[in-house]
Amino acid sequence: MTAYILRRLIATIPVMIVVALFVFFLLHLTPGDPAAVIAGDDASPAEIEGIRRKLGLDRPVWEQFGVYIWNLLHGDLGTSIFSNLPVMTLVKQRLEPSLVLAVATLVVAVAFAIPMGVVAAWKADTTIDRVVMGFSVLGFAVPVFLVGYLLIYVFAIQLRWLPVQGYRPLSEGIVGTLRSIALPAFALGMAYMALIARITRASMLEVLSEDYIRTAHAKGVATRSVLLRHALKNAAVPIVTVIGIGLALLISGVVITETVFNIPGLGRLTVDAILKRDYPIIQGLIILFAGAKVLVNLLIDISYTFFDPRIRQ
Amino acid sequence: MASTTAGLPVTTTRPRSNAVWTWVRRNKTIVGGSLILLALLAIALLAPWLAGDPLQFEPTNRLKRPSDQFWFGTDQFGRDVYSRVIYGTRISLIIGFSVAVVATFIGLVIGVLCGFYKAVDAVMMRVMDGMMAIPAILLAIALITLMKASLMIVVIAIAIPEIPRVARLVRSVVLSVRSRPYIEAAISSGTRNGRIMVRHILPNTVAPLIVQATYVCASAILTEAGLSFLGAGTPPEIPSWGNVISLGRTFFQIAPWIIFFPGILLAITVLAINLVGDGLRDSLDPRISRRM
Repeated sequence: MTAYILRRLIATIPVMIVVALFVFFLLHLTPGDPAAVIAGDDASPAEIEGIRRKLGLDRPVWEQFGVYIWNLLHGDLGTSIFSNLPVMTLVKQRLEPSLVLAVATLVVAVAFAIPMGVVAAWKADTTIDRVVMGFSVLGFAVPVFLVGYLLIYVFAIQLRWLPVQGYRPLSEGIVGTLRSIALPAFALGMAYMALIARITRASMLEVLSEDYIRTAHAKGVATRSVLLRHALKNAAVPIVTVIGIGLALLISGVVITETVFNIPGLGRLTVDAILKRDYPIIQGLIILFAGAKVLVNLLIDISYTFFDPRIRQ
Repeated sequence: MASTTAGLPVTTTRPRSNAVWTWVRRNKTIVGGSLILLALLAIALLAPWLAGDPLQFEPTNRLKRPSDQFWFGTDQFGRDVYSRVIYGTRISLIIGFSVAVVATFIGLVIGVLCGFYKAVDAVMMRVMDGMMAIPAILLAIALITLMKASLMIVVIAIAIPEIPRVARLVRSVVLSVRSRPYIEAAISSGTRNGRIMVRHILPNTVAPLIVQATYVCASAILTEAGLSFLGAGTPPEIPSWGNVISLGRTFFQIAPWIIFFPGILLAITVLAINLVGDGLRDSLDPRISRRM
């Protein structure tokens, strides 16, 4: 088990090295003078020169790369061009709303999707099944901003049940936070829910046709117990995999959802950085998000050992 | 079909038309999705006849509700949202199609080489793993920020993050085909690698690639809309759906139609492409279809 985890852990190192290389050379391989591109169209030569010096672009490439990697290893993601604050400081300020949103979305999606998939598989080829399948096809096609604005329109503007936009930090009370995060979590969770429901149904259908399920039914185990204890646990590996794959989908969605709902998280930090062409921030966020994704995949790999003891060997 | 028993020619056409109908009935999703796509293609091609000038400013008509004159209302510059959405169909279809072609082609080349040469495989798959760890939208944003925004750059920026998925798919097909006896026979009879790849391996990748290409197309259209919505996509003077929606953001509470109409068309387009993809996957690979 320890050897398995260790092997997985080591396998993440080359991935992160490639990410770091990619992010670094992106700036250097793009055509034209990177300093001029970042400075924008109406920058004076002095401004361009300033940016060049600030980013260290006037030094040899190998030296830049050495400094960059050295800093990364020390947790330094670079410095914002415009605010002059370390990217890490900016990230820390914006971390809470994004984390709360991600966790809320994960909880909402899993809580709705797994029962939906289980029931659809149990009642296969009935109306309930078709409704769930229809939802899972539709949920995947509707863009997150359309769901977001529809939810705002219905639940905030028409019904006035929830706030239109904005975020209440946890320090001002959890009720306010939950109210402010409810609509964004559902908007972001829609595609995710569709994905998980679909895989849950497919995986359950496969397991439900196994002999041991028939045996369990035959010896008089309650349906509920057959579905949850016998079937769902054995159907779990593909479901957990897809929950992980979906988390990656979530990261892209976070940027858009935070813009729709005006949530001051990492997504807004990204968008503000785009508008100002603050490249070090974008660079730092890519490394951070990629790291998060690699970490999630690692946790998923480790969770397999819990669902399927054969993998431990 | 009253005289079916009479002449010979009629009896020969009957089974054929039945076969067509059986196919249509078995592949409802492909037919339904394709019909919607054809309609969208017609809208894109006939845009100049279906709609007015999408760029015309009319300050007196700012933020008008949907009406007989402006079917989808107007935006904050008094531009007709209907015209802009109709012209936006062009941009979305062009981007979806171009990204699918570019990503599939490059992914195919990388995938075949990786499946065939171990040395290429070791290096390229690490690169692909790294690229897959970067969220697609962030990678596209970084590329667009560093280059001057144009339709071509948007296509490239959206295509690059899609390549690893295609490459991995092709690689897995190539690896499974490579160990088959007929490939060994070809190698032992001295067939050159290039010929084996083109004649014996490529045909096996076609079916899964077509399915993958439809998904790449759908995801590209969504990504373009997302990027433009964030202000990092298609140049703002081009009326793409994402750009229309992006402008509607500020006036959402008083003019929700600016967002809803392009949003709904976007959803219909993506839905239609996904339906075609799901249908193709089911009919090309029955093994997967049972699992999904």
